[in-house]
Amino acid sequence: MSEILLQIDGKEVEAKEGMSVLQAAQSAGISIPTLCHHEKLEPFGGCRICIVEVEVRGWTRHVVSCVYPVAENLVVKTRSEKIDKIRKMILELLLAHAPDSPQLQDLAQAYGADKDRFEKDASFCIHCALCVRYCAEVKKANAVGFVDRGIRKEISFIPEIASKECKSCMECFPLCPTSYLQAVFVLTEALASPSPSSDPDQMNAK
Amino acid sequence: MAQLNSPEELEKFRQEVVSRRDPNTPCISICAGAGCIASGASEVIAAFKAEIEKQGLKTDVVDTKETGCPGFCERGPIVVIYPEEICYLQVTPEDVPEIISQTIKEKKVVDRLLYVDPTTDEKATHESDIPFYKNQERNIIGNNIHIDPKRIDDYLALGGYSALVKVLSGMTAEEVVEEVKKSNLRGRGGGGFPAGRKWEGSRNALDEPKYVIVNADEGDPGAFMDRALLEGNPHSILEGLIIGGYAIGSHEGYIYVRQEYPLAVENVNIAIKQAEAYGFLGENILGSGFDFAITVHKGAGAFVCGESTALMTALEGRAGEPRPKYIRSNIKGLWEKPSVLNNVETWANVPLIINKGADWFTQFGTDGSKGTKIFSLVGKITNTGLVEVPMGITLKDIIYQIGGGIPGGKKFKAVQTGGPSGGCIPEELLDLEVGFDELTKAGSMMGSGGMIVMDEDTCMVDVARYFINFLTDESCGKCVPCREGLRQMLKILTNITEGKGKAGDIELLEELSEVTGVASLCALGTSAPNPFLSTVRYFRDEYEAHIKEKRCPALSCKELISYHIDPEKCSACMICLRKCPVEAVDGGKKKIHIIDQEKCTKCATCFEVCPSRFSAVQKISGEPVPAPIPEDARTIVKKSK
Repeated sequence: MSEILLQIDGKEVEAKEGMSVLQAAQSAGISIPTLCHHEKLEPFGGCRICIVEVEVRGWTRHVVSCVYPVAENLVVKTRSEKIDKIRKMILELLLAHAPDSPQLQDLAQAYGADKDRFEKDASFCIHCALCVRYCAEVKKANAVGFVDRGIRKEISFIPEIASKECKSCMECFPLCPTSYLQAVFVLTEALASPSPSSDPDQMNAK
Repeated sequence: MAQLNSPEELEKFRQEVVSRRDPNTPCISICAGAGCIASGASEVIAAFKAEIEKQGLKTDVVDTKETGCPGFCERGPIVVIYPEEICYLQVTPEDVPEIISQTIKEKKVVDRLLYVDPTTDEKATHESDIPFYKNQERNIIGNNIHIDPKRIDDYLALGGYSALVKVLSGMTAEEVVEEVKKSNLRGRGGGGFPAGRKWEGSRNALDEPKYVIVNADEGDPGAFMDRALLEGNPHSILEGLIIGGYAIGSHEGYIYVRQEYPLAVENVNIAIKQAEAYGFLGENILGSGFDFAITVHKGAGAFVCGESTALMTALEGRAGEPRPKYIRSNIKGLWEKPSVLNNVETWANVPLIINKGADWFTQFGTDGSKGTKIFSLVGKITNTGLVEVPMGITLKDIIYQIGGGIPGGKKFKAVQTGGPSGGCIPEELLDLEVGFDELTKAGSMMGSGGMIVMDEDTCMVDVARYFINFLTDESCGKCVPCREGLRQMLKILTNITEGKGKAGDIELLEELSEVTGVASLCALGTSAPNPFLSTVRYFRDEYEAHIKEKRCPALSCKELISYHIDPEKCSACMICLRKCPVEAVDGGKKKIHIIDQEKCTKCATCFEVCPSRFSAVQKISGEPVPAPIPEDARTIVKKSK
């Protein structure tokens, strides 16, 4: 692996080929906020909060640092008026769904995000997919996935798998930046092993 | 049919096909594209077959052909009779006996089925005399009417697969890439990326295997040019794809076609089977040693799968979501291998460029945009259909010369180009020359070639709301700016059209547009704010009227308009009173009608049924509805002349 020299916020940073800008920054002690990033998981590029500015052949571009690969002489800026504006807006959009998430609240303070800017739509999930990806990539269990798309997209446990795999694992719980995941799990568990009075087959039979 | 094992065998077979066909034998070509079938072409086809038999004609005396779409969908079903090229429009089964007895037997033209020019009243006998066709440059779609897409011999008779022969027998892969580069063919699917450069990248990539892909996931509302090509001339796309495979060193091609196009799926599958039987697909194609196979993959209905990385993810069998990678697909695409993905129309251009040369191709178009482009011209336009024009033609020429202008004496307001995330171009820019860069500069884009014409009755705020709604629905939901940004934009736009807009809304929409436009993961998100940005750029006054005055200038937003009967004009004819579905119209014989605003649901029935000689029902917006005239003043005493 060859060494690559790049510049992040004016600082010379050494990185290895194949690393992302985010990894390079973290290794140099430069902090970039993330929500959907997890070191054990493949980069997802979903939350976009790790957006940075890069200069390539004289052109500046906004890219997400968790996916963008390091390159020799790359010039990276992790803060600017525009970057801060984008991060603030992303936080405000997410706070409409999960206003009490501590992680979001901390970042909101740092970027001056107003948690009441958009009408509340408290669905709690911010679609970071940490649970979904952890279950698939680390546990290879695929007990939780996404259903539907766009604004109707939500996480859902697959009862057949969850009833076997989840009780002994629950490793995804602490990954969740809101408290939604647990609620869904409890709900699914209830559906997967229903009490006799609420047996769906009996309900349908009526 | 035996397999053709060499270029010589193909040429010999082609001569046989051509010699079997007497160009003087009458041939009745009937468009069997989806548009004409919807207007009854299947019945017309059946009627022709029955009538030919009934009138005692044999197939060697007259031939019928179910062809691809020639584009003039407005006047379908379309029938063209060869060799005279007589073009009949809006043909019904009842017209068929007359066509057979007059045109086929007596060689007489049935006048009433011809095109009549609405301004000059002149009749046009031949396809080429009709202004809709006359002003086009039909390099790609022009063959549709000559080809039964289910018969490969029709394609061969027109010189089909000769570009493949040229490539396999006389060109190196590098020469093919060079020719396509020289033609400056830019992708017809949206981005306009130079196809030759894309090919070169894959050609030079060291990884194996490589793939070539046809993007036939045409999902823009109102766009159907790729459907017409796949349905009407599938072999031209197969030929382009095989050439592309040869050029980049790929032996596997995919056609990703939306399942909502059943006829395209059917025809392309038939075409592949026939091409395999003839030896244009498979191992050792025409004895060249080159192997190539094509697989058809049906899309499951997500618009975002038209985005290249989402399409590849879907091809791999996973949920169609775009990839966050910053490495181009031509280097790491399908299964992380070099993959060239081009849209249907781009591939259809390839055989032409190979056969006629890059120099021929570049004679059409502007400096930055070469060749022709097919647009689907829809909306408030006299001649709805597919038009193929040279790049650089003005919007005005497309809309007025070819499209025949706006129907119903209405005034043009805007033309929306580039699909849902394109933009609206106003009247003052109608002289704009159509090209990739020109449209982008005007705040819209080429996209895949949708062109929706809007007249004065269209509310531009509502148009923006409509397209943002479409994109919100079609967003995959993976990234925050697109999923959440569009959700909020849609809420605000809906509020504005419902009279709930407030100061600061435009600025907030602009801010959301900026973030969504910069920070989204894929092109669906980054271009999604365009419907708002282009309408606010050219029609800001309409936004302001909605927000400040609660007025819809186009009198279109239901929540912002009221219906009112002008007592001076009402003749108490009772028509609206009878037709109103909620009994909101009060009145009687010789008693001026009034609308009960509490009961009115703004369905517009009264407005539509009020006879034009009275035009008493009016739409009002942004001002109070005049109080109804007193009961005792409502009786019509003297009938005015």
